[in-house]
Amino acid sequence: MRWLAYLRPGDWLIIAGGAALVGLTLPLLWQGGFAERAIIRQDGRIFAEIDLGSRREVTVPGPLGATLVAIEPGRARIVADPGPRQYCVRQGWLARPGEIAICAPNHVSLQIAGRTRAYDSLSY
Amino acid sequence: MTASVTELTVTAEDRRVAWLATAAVALSLADAAIPSPLPGVKPGLANIVTLVVLIRHGWATAVWVSGLRVLAGSLLLGYFLAPAFFLALTGATFSLLTLGLARHLPGRWFGPVSLSILAAFAHIGGQLVLARLWLIPHDGVFLLTPVFAAAALVFGTINGLIAARLLGEIPAAEPVR
Repeated sequence: MRWLAYLRPGDWLIIAGGAALVGLTLPLLWQGGFAERAIIRQDGRIFAEIDLGSRREVTVPGPLGATLVAIEPGRARIVADPGPRQYCVRQGWLARPGEIAICAPNHVSLQIAGRTRAYDSLSY
Repeated sequence: MTASVTELTVTAEDRRVAWLATAAVALSLADAAIPSPLPGVKPGLANIVTLVVLIRHGWATAVWVSGLRVLAGSLLLGYFLAPAFFLALTGATFSLLTLGLARHLPGRWFGPVSLSILAAFAHIGGQLVLARLWLIPHDGVFLLTPVFAAAALVFGTINGLIAARLLGEIPAAEPVR
């Protein structure tokens, strides 16, 4: 390939160094840790804290009715909610630490937690 | 009484800087037209001009061309004095400082590709620092560092190769200063 002719020996060194730098920064992508637990809150209080290891469904009672939460290995979602706009249901699967689905009308929230606490912009 | 007339003498150097800056601005506009999956990930085509200018005409001319490009580019794209302007300015400053040091590397071993990659990393590094200190004062800014670094490596290499090719095709009009 003729483009390779423009590369001098030191250039390869810089490319390798750059690649190493990229490799070193890669862990930052997983800084929040892996999704390990699902935290279900009802009226602001923790209703259940479930390990994202097995498959199960949880029914959370609220002022409007029951919110149905599905837990699967590594992810969780709100399956059904009596709220009028269904925002939390349409959010779909949550798989990264810090992700949260809030069913405000029914006072239920589902949050994914990892080993370390991940913050989002809500903390400002 | 006649108003005193200020004579501005335009030197050949001024014309050259203006032409090169124009080329850089045009590439900036092309850059902005390319859709990007993530703000901050851009090819940075205008840096090809900076590299060629640095190698052909020296660091001072490169500073002029780069500075004019940031100023004129921001005016044309409408982000003058907006956060994006300061990000562009910081990126340009960091990469120019890096280029100022890196151009002393032995040319036999390190070509335009090396300069381009080093400048690209300095560029994104400076921008991340500014973003952390000023725009988003939270360490979350650094979460996407791997993506930015990878983009810097890829686009730095490509731009460096293009600059190397241009330098090979355009014969040096005058000795390098």
